Amino acid sequence: MVTTQATGPDAQSRHLTINGTAVNLSVDGDTPLLSVLRERMDLKGSRIGCTEGYCGACTVLVDGKPVQSCNTPVWSVAGKTVTTIEGADRHPVLAGVQKVFVELQAAQCGYCTNGIMMTLAGLLAQSPRPDRAHILAHLDERHLCRCGVHVRVLKAIDRLLAQPEGASA
Amino acid sequence: MSECPANLKANPVLSSWLRLDDQPRVGVRSGKVELGQGATTALAMIAATELGLELDQIDIMVADTAHGPDEGYTAGSFSIEHGGAAMRWAAAQLRELAAQAAAHVLGTTPDQLVVEAGQFRRQGHNEGVSYWQLRDRINLDVSALDLPAPVLHGGTIDDGHLQRPDLVGKLSGAGFIQDMMFPDLLHGRVLRPDHPQDRLLACDEAAVKGIEGVVAVVRDGHFAGVVAQTDETALAALAVLRKSAQWQRQTELPPDDGLNGWMDQATPLSTCFLDEPQPETATHTHQARYSRPFIAHASIGPACAVAHWHDGQLQVWSHSQGIYPLRRQLARTFGLDAESVNVTHAHGAGCYGHNGADDVALDAALLARAVKAPVMCLWTRADELSWSPFGAAMRMELSAGLDGAGQIVAWNHAVWSPTHLARPGFGDGVNLLAAGDLAQPHPRPPLADAPRPQGGGDRNAVPLYDVGARKITHHLLPQGPLRSSAMRALGAHGNVFAIESFMDELAMLAGRDPLAFRLAHLSEPRARGVIGAVAKAAQWDAQDQGGEGHGRGLGFARYKNLGAYCAVVAEVEVAETVRLVKVTAAVDAGEVIHRDGLMNQIEGGIIQAASWTLKEAAGWTQDGFKTRSWADYPILNFSEIPAIEIVLLAPEGAASLGGGECAAGPVAAAIGNAIAHALGVRVRDMPLTPERITQAIHA
Ligand code: FES
Ligand code: FES
Repeated sequence: MVTTQATGPDAQSRHLTINGTAVNLSVDGDTPLLSVLRERMDLKGSRIGCTEGYCGACTVLVDGKPVQSCNTPVWSVAGKTVTTIEGADRHPVLAGVQKVFVELQAAQCGYCTNGIMMTLAGLLAQSPRPDRAHILAHLDERHLCRCGVHVRVLKAIDRLLAQPEGASA
Repeated sequence: MSECPANLKANPVLSSWLRLDDQPRVGVRSGKVELGQGATTALAMIAATELGLELDQIDIMVADTAHGPDEGYTAGSFSIEHGGAAMRWAAAQLRELAAQAAAHVLGTTPDQLVVEAGQFRRQGHNEGVSYWQLRDRINLDVSALDLPAPVLHGGTIDDGHLQRPDLVGKLSGAGFIQDMMFPDLLHGRVLRPDHPQDRLLACDEAAVKGIEGVVAVVRDGHFAGVVAQTDETALAALAVLRKSAQWQRQTELPPDDGLNGWMDQATPLSTCFLDEPQPETATHTHQARYSRPFIAHASIGPACAVAHWHDGQLQVWSHSQGIYPLRRQLARTFGLDAESVNVTHAHGAGCYGHNGADDVALDAALLARAVKAPVMCLWTRADELSWSPFGAAMRMELSAGLDGAGQIVAWNHAVWSPTHLARPGFGDGVNLLAAGDLAQPHPRPPLADAPRPQGGGDRNAVPLYDVGARKITHHLLPQGPLRSSAMRALGAHGNVFAIESFMDELAMLAGRDPLAFRLAHLSEPRARGVIGAVAKAAQWDAQDQGGEGHGRGLGFARYKNLGAYCAVVAEVEVAETVRLVKVTAAVDAGEVIHRDGLMNQIEGGIIQAASWTLKEAAGWTQDGFKTRSWADYPILNFSEIPAIEIVLLAPEGAASLGGGECAAGPVAAAIGNAIAHALGVRVRDMPLTPERITQAIHA
């Protein structure tokens, strides 16, 4: 159990599980989950992009669902399970996504990539698995890449969809 | 190559490039930095090739001004062409030094030796001696200029499956400057206005000082910022500071008509740098005007720097493209010797030119001066999208004469544009944003642009075609409504868009197929090579009349007229929107070091250029910047991505040329030409939006 110190006016204790570790956080409930992950937990793999819900660089899984952690207040995830890219070894679908991204070198700077991988892991772990069009619509809504690696991301998606459902790394 | 490459000549001591670490590793340090394009992987591959090692034996050392080498800026697609040439030579010299030492130990001569996995052996013998066993016998503190020219093995160790070492870390956790951790790290934010001509007059510093967790409020002239224990607190304090801020407007901005109308009022510095006597054989003339707006870098990560003052020395971590020029500019701003400032490179999000990286480094240094600990300064998304310099707006006017046979006999190209090169260190002055805001301000350097032959606004203004008499004029405008500087391809994006659109217009006038028309005016074999290759790959059909919303178009250029050759065919479907169906490109970037890396660069360049061309424009209103969030600056998204096919040509013996920028102009032109082919009307002003297409149809 990791406990962090109290700060802020409405600081109160909140329990959540981050990458399999039970965490007891004492923070202002409005603190964005992204700040908690990066600044208090030193989990830097979720990136600071826009911090306003457009770019998706900060995406993590909450109870298995992709969410943008920059505009998710920490009160809303109390009692829930958070997975970041650092938790790939505990999330076989995420590990599988990561493996394919590395194989295809589906990144240039890589700043947007972890968020995209989190979204894909969240979607591909759903049952039934959503189709390509659904995945693309989701990426359109929530992810930006400025380096232009989209073609490789699409290739990665096709490769992942070609794997049998439930398959992992 | 028999002459020592320029970058090595300028930094001749081998130990600033290479280090024999513990077996089995070799450290390499380049002045060219990783900007997200994989340049350091390619440089490591070059070193591995020459040393006879595997890629995973090479450690890429962090570029740092205390250790060299100074290779200026990592820009202009020169990382491999220049940085790679220097690295290859230096590594080959290390191999030869080691071979001599090995020959001595093994009692033979160097020419009898082969090197494999770092082991020197006599041919046909098993026993050998390694780089690391020879470490004490190899002196790397020697000048490359004092050693004989080495034999260069050349080529690459690429087997097609090599992966970038830096990506493995980034794709599983930390890896960027924003992720740096120090035990006593403080967080800084700076106050910038919403209007490019506003200056800070006053703000309520006292109100901010009282906030718990605020460590310092820094005010110097028109510059203000806060330092706090956490970034959340710094942001909250910044919001308070912003509420109390009073701004003074220096000047109002001219209206933004989306077509660079503001240029009419600006007085240019004009240079007609090519003026050949015009013949009188033209029977037809044609003219047209093209434009592109300001374009944002729109990096996915906000600009960031860490600064730490100790004992009068300044240490900065920065994702700058030029750590040495930045070091000198920081020293100048603070009145220090360059030696009192060290800039260490740290990876940032994808960088496509002169973005806010250097500016935020000065911000961090100004904030850190007020405290004793290191300070990480991060820009907001709004500032990233509006205070990073923009790619410059451009206007191109072309005219040409055709003779009776439909050949071009005269060609005029005039381009108006503010500077494409206001990087720190170019010209006398300080080109760091906050430097002009300080109580003792440092003036910006005088107006200038990137010099020819590479050029800035005039980059690629000279057509590669045989067009008879040429007259080329560059009208350099003073700073426009938005601050501009280097962005990927500089003026090549606009100039090639104009030239290649115009070639299609002329082909139509001459009643010729655009592809055949180009080849009839092009003698350079490598240029013809890429055009031929793209025509084949895209199954170019000269009979295809287009129309009914379906079209295809061609674009070609040799980047800077001295870099990589690139020809592009774009296919579009135009209905309510423009759907880019497929982009086929043929690229000749000379010898290929890292094939997948080059492909990745070209793919990214194609997608980014398509985004600029179809969607992007940075504008302003009377209230200031129009680009304050991603909602104001849409870029191409996943469902808009075309299929992409790339053909790489690598003629035997041709030197490596960078590939990241060569597609920008050809892609823009190919899309414009494809839309014209689909609809029979042409849009000459970027971005080629549905609104503009509708207007053109109804005009
Ligand atoms: S950082 Fe969260 S969406 Fe951009
Ligand atoms: S890889 Fe750089 S932003 Fe996507």
